Amino acid sequence: MNIDRRSFLKLAALGLLAVAAKPAFDLISRPSAARALEGPFAGKRLAMVVDLNACTAGDGCVDCIAACHSVHNVPDIGNTKEEIKWLWEVDYKRAFPDQENGFVSEPLLDSRVLVLCNHCDNPPCVKVCPTQATWKREDGIVMMDYHRCIGCRYCMAACPYGSRSFNWRDPRPYIDIIQQGYPTRTRGVVEKCNFCEERLSDGLQPACVEACSSGALKFGDLKPGTELYDLISSQFNLRRKAELGTRPQVYYLL
Amino acid sequence: MIENIFRGGKKYWLLVSGLLVLMAAGMAAYLEQWNTGLAVTGLSRDVSWGLYIANFTFFVGVAASAVMIVIPYYLHNSKEFRRILILGEFMAVAACLVAITFILVDLGQPSRVLNIILYPSPGSIIFWDVVVLSIYLLLNIVLGWVALDAEYKEVAPPAWLKPVAIVSVVWAISIHTVTAFIYAGLAARAFWLTALLAPRFLASAFASGPALLILIALAMKKWGGFEPGDQSLDKVAKIVTYAIIITVFFLLLEIFTVFYSQEPGAMSHFQYLLFGLDNHYGLVPWIWTSILLACAAIILLVIPSMRKNQLILALACAAVFISIWIDKGLGLIVPGFIPTPLGDITEYTPTALETLITMGVWATGGLILALLLKVVLAIRQGQRG
Repeated sequence: MNIDRRSFLKLAALGLLAVAAKPAFDLISRPSAARALEGPFAGKRLAMVVDLNACTAGDGCVDCIAACHSVHNVPDIGNTKEEIKWLWEVDYKRAFPDQENGFVSEPLLDSRVLVLCNHCDNPPCVKVCPTQATWKREDGIVMMDYHRCIGCRYCMAACPYGSRSFNWRDPRPYIDIIQQGYPTRTRGVVEKCNFCEERLSDGLQPACVEACSSGALKFGDLKPGTELYDLISSQFNLRRKAELGTRPQVYYLL
Repeated sequence: MIENIFRGGKKYWLLVSGLLVLMAAGMAAYLEQWNTGLAVTGLSRDVSWGLYIANFTFFVGVAASAVMIVIPYYLHNSKEFRRILILGEFMAVAACLVAITFILVDLGQPSRVLNIILYPSPGSIIFWDVVVLSIYLLLNIVLGWVALDAEYKEVAPPAWLKPVAIVSVVWAISIHTVTAFIYAGLAARAFWLTALLAPRFLASAFASGPALLILIALAMKKWGGFEPGDQSLDKVAKIVTYAIIITVFFLLLEIFTVFYSQEPGAMSHFQYLLFGLDNHYGLVPWIWTSILLACAAIILLVIPSMRKNQLILALACAAVFISIWIDKGLGLIVPGFIPTPLGDITEYTPTALETLITMGVWATGGLILALLLKVVLAIRQGQRG
């Protein structure tokens, strides 16, 4: 076969193109980020209800927070600048800064409100992530892949709830007892509440719900006919910054 | 051509070695950040972007501003821009590299940066910014180097260069618009949630970039025997004048809407920036310095006799450059995070290490530009001699 340099190069380029075409096609034709689920979560829309009347956070109870941070190996760095928190409490005005209702009953104003990732139905953090390291599952849980996150912190800028924390340094020296049920994180990645997806797949309730002795936290499927649905459709409730269009899935009973 | 970077006088080597020292210091500081994590910076859970992202935003603007030379030269046939055209293109190359480096040093896991390419996410504006910045960098390398090569060979530049230049004009607008979209699309941060952000970015870019170009051209004239041509410099100065006036006008538009409407979401951020909030005044001296410098520059630039004096022109351009670096850097990024969505105030002060890394990145850009412009100077002087 007679082949000169020019036609060899042409053929080589064509060959390369052919090799590259398959992954390029796969990339474009890839189905959307939502991943199908099997088992106990299929077809569910998970949500949480926080009953502010029942919650005893105002009396100093931190059972749910301690349970959450323990099972998830959340470090205690010891300064607010580098703080990592999945579930914490703030005063009413901080949780609901846009509820400018003039006069709010004093017990409510004085109450402490548990805040966490709202597992939004329209999560701004998922939209902005440049690597799909954070994504929304079919059952509504907004997940984090600690191994894919590049630490750009765009999701932290996009979250209207301050629900995301960043590992400014290696967190492991700051964890009292490392629990084997959940991975520790490396420095330079973002983390947040995951609705205890690792416990749910074992058939357990989230750690905070299990630890709550006052019955203030309820968790489950949010479809007509479920207990959670009856609860929030019969009582007045608020969602944090729902006016931003994020469709948060943590409901506060007043 | 490229061999000229190894031949230079005393002043050239002084500049190069100074920049290398700064780069080494920045690299040493970055090693500390690499080993410890971003805890070495002044950033926090509440203010999670700072000096690095501020500089990234600013230098995307400087890169985009090359169009202010490319448009008159290629689209309006303004021949007097011929001598400084290449300065604009090489400045864009250096500024692009600086912007990309600032993203890199800001990452918590820099070794995973290729995930942006491996898992392309068309919904993320950062993904698009990386795409458009990379292409813009390539466009300017081609534009600058091919034109320089033609000059070296004393032939006319190839005809295909003009279409590439026109593409680069559109591309320049796109890099800065996309960069503005990073911020302007976040409902969580009322400070950035304004459609005026992209036009503001473009206006301030077209002031700061050409101002830097004038400063570089004047420095090369004084110390490198480069002749930019007084006529072209005055035209660029007029561009700076219009752009800085529009920049200030746009800022006043924002201020009117925010304070007249009294809508609390955005107002608290502007209050923090301009007057301080709840006894926190971190940015107040900075932003007023920026505003005063912009006003002083406008006065110096609009009066033709002042503008035509090259010493006063240099002062005015330095004022524009510093003013916009503050306004579009820390003055843009930090107030987005203060107060937080929960109403807390955590102030941000860059650490010494963070500042050193920043200076190292600046020096890297400076060195790239110095080497490229050295080649330009050598070729032009060779032609003359």
